[in-house]
Amino acid sequence: MNPEPVKHKFLTPGVFILIVLALNGLVFLAIRFIWGLGAVTNLDNYTPWGLWIGVDVGAGVALAAGGFTSAALGHIIHREHYHAIVRPALLTAMLGYTFVAFAVMVDIGRFYYIWHPLIMWNGNSALFEVGICVMIYLTVLYIEFLPIVCERFMGRVNLPGFLKAFNKPVDKLLTVLNSALGKTMFIFIIAGVVLSTLHQSSLGTLMVIAGQKMHPLWQTPVLPLLFLLSAIAVGFPMIIFESLIAARSFKMKPEMHILSKLGGMVAPILGVYFAFKIGDLFISEDFKYLMKFDTNAFMYFGECVLTLTAFFMFLSRRVLNSPLLLFIASTLVIAGVLLNRINNFIVAYNPFFDPNTYFPSFGEISVTVGCIAMLVLAYRFIVLNFPVISQEKS
Amino acid sequence: MKNLDRRSFLKVAAAGVSASTLGASQVKGAEIKLDENRIGVLVDTAVCVGCRLCEWACRTAHHLPTDALETYADDSVFKEFRRPDKTALTVVNEFENEKNPLLPIHVKTQCMHCEKPACVSACIVGALTKNQDGSVVWDGDKCIGCRYCMVACQFQIPTYDYDVSIDPQIRKCDFCEDRRKEGLLPACVNICPNEALIFGKRCDVLKIAKERIKRKPEVYVNHIYGENEIGGTSWMYIASKDFDKLKMATLGSSPAPGISEAIQHGIFAYFVPPVTLYTLLGTFMWVLKRRKEKSPEEIGDTKKEVIEEKKDEKGEEL
Ligand code: SF4
Ligand code: SF4
Ligand code: SF4
Repeated sequence: MNPEPVKHKFLTPGVFILIVLALNGLVFLAIRFIWGLGAVTNLDNYTPWGLWIGVDVGAGVALAAGGFTSAALGHIIHREHYHAIVRPALLTAMLGYTFVAFAVMVDIGRFYYIWHPLIMWNGNSALFEVGICVMIYLTVLYIEFLPIVCERFMGRVNLPGFLKAFNKPVDKLLTVLNSALGKTMFIFIIAGVVLSTLHQSSLGTLMVIAGQKMHPLWQTPVLPLLFLLSAIAVGFPMIIFESLIAARSFKMKPEMHILSKLGGMVAPILGVYFAFKIGDLFISEDFKYLMKFDTNAFMYFGECVLTLTAFFMFLSRRVLNSPLLLFIASTLVIAGVLLNRINNFIVAYNPFFDPNTYFPSFGEISVTVGCIAMLVLAYRFIVLNFPVISQEKS
Repeated sequence: MKNLDRRSFLKVAAAGVSASTLGASQVKGAEIKLDENRIGVLVDTAVCVGCRLCEWACRTAHHLPTDALETYADDSVFKEFRRPDKTALTVVNEFENEKNPLLPIHVKTQCMHCEKPACVSACIVGALTKNQDGSVVWDGDKCIGCRYCMVACQFQIPTYDYDVSIDPQIRKCDFCEDRRKEGLLPACVNICPNEALIFGKRCDVLKIAKERIKRKPEVYVNHIYGENEIGGTSWMYIASKDFDKLKMATLGSSPAPGISEAIQHGIFAYFVPPVTLYTLLGTFMWVLKRRKEKSPEEIGDTKKEVIEEKKDEKGEEL
């Protein structure tokens, strides 16, 4: 059961829709880069951060957490059983973080200075920590992915025309690179896990400094812990979600023997996350804000309902063994964490005396949707051409 | 062979540690020592008549486009509540005065030059600096335009150029750094015809504020806005009305960056937590891998080794 490129055609009606969405996003991206942020977004001096930071960056980083949780499970705890999911998860993480880095580039005003944090440090800034960790982690992810590229081309290097002479040396180089990477990979794997715990939690620290501008339902000094726990909790459901979609899209048999096992680990983690979340609410006595039944309370309830339903679903054997139910349960966790990030970065942020409430513009939504579409297309292209997904021989 | 393996493992692992933690810079918050004679301004909103000359002077001093001085007498701008933006580092708003309807209250808004500025703590590249003299200034050569300073500032002061793509500016009052270097007063203080703006050492200005309140308790509410707000600010206000009714946020006295910096430093205290995590994971990974490779009787042996190894590492770290 070794990973192999999936044999399937690239274009389908679904793919066509994705391409249209991606193009639509690109149009608004062009406008943003020509006329500035104001031309596309609803941001203003009261609300400097919106959809792009909340969803593309905040939720993007969380939903790509499957990369480090599965690496920890597959390589550090060394459960070979799970090796089949490590590569798809790695690919998701790699594409996910590339998407995050791109979103940051789109959102920051002086995008051409994106490298500044590399040489201009401010250790007090949570954003600095997030930025630098994401940059290093992205590099680590690319390195972790290299063996897959080597594997694909080793012994198969076939350069066109006069470059033919280089076939042998390139092949040799790949082989050397592959074996060197094989020996040192554990450094990067451990580094990846450490970097992930760091920036997943620091992402939570980001909004702490907003102080009273953050609604008390979400503002808490344990935000970093909640962010880390929820990222860990959403890691496996995200892998399950993708694996099931990929199986369906490529007409393969879902790997239920692995997915059910993975699913079995979700409930405990989700439980710990939820316990901390609710515990904090009661310790800070902020539950009184829930009695107001306003938008904030409603959104908070939404998170709780999604998370709790998923929690109970993952407890049941029947759910773990049914692809459909497992898919629904995973989707609920993902929706819960997505909503949590939207709440933390957008809903909870209530500037003083702001005359209008922020709601993302059509352009902002287009860019976010377009980027996600590009990500899915890239994922599809890579699994069709590189050995990522393991299939059972039938 | 076994020993060699272990040693090379540790070496490579150590290299990995430094790579993985490269991100965290010096964890010690560069706590700058403020000058005892640091500057401050008292805004006496009961004295301000809303002539808006300070707006004109500020624009002029900062080379921002401005209409002719005469147009500033037009008080129809007071109809809507204004905030500093890319066209103005300071604005004056008008509020109703219940005690004396004929004398509305005017409140000038600009950067407060916090004693413990959230914007400085937040800025990803350190583009904002708190000077010893108390002022907080922005460095456009560093700024990446992330707008985190705007998220962090409790007074919602920094503004951003949303309608340009190249070289957008973060704008906020710079306490007239350039003018003061030449020995001049801040432009707004200098032009103010009514001494509504009192510039001096922060400690002196604070004394004046206290005296004014004491002398006319029937006029002023007993609150100096900025004396303690989020750790104190260089600009302070006194008024005849509660500040939240003047659209000035009610803020606690603990410094805004306090909790966030404590968390940051907790996670990174001298790199110890990340390095420890790295070492733990590495050891863990190694043990589990060895266990797989070895036959069951040898496992006891491995455990002993790990304990020894941990001792070694501690010795090295200290
Ligand atoms: S001190 Fe200078 S920059 Fe600040 S408001 Fe007054 S004139 Fe403007
Ligand atoms: S008022 Fe805002 S911008 Fe000015 S120093 Fe304080 S935190 Fe910074
Ligand atoms: S917008 Fe500029 S000044 Fe503000 S936090 Fe970002 S880099 Fe710093």
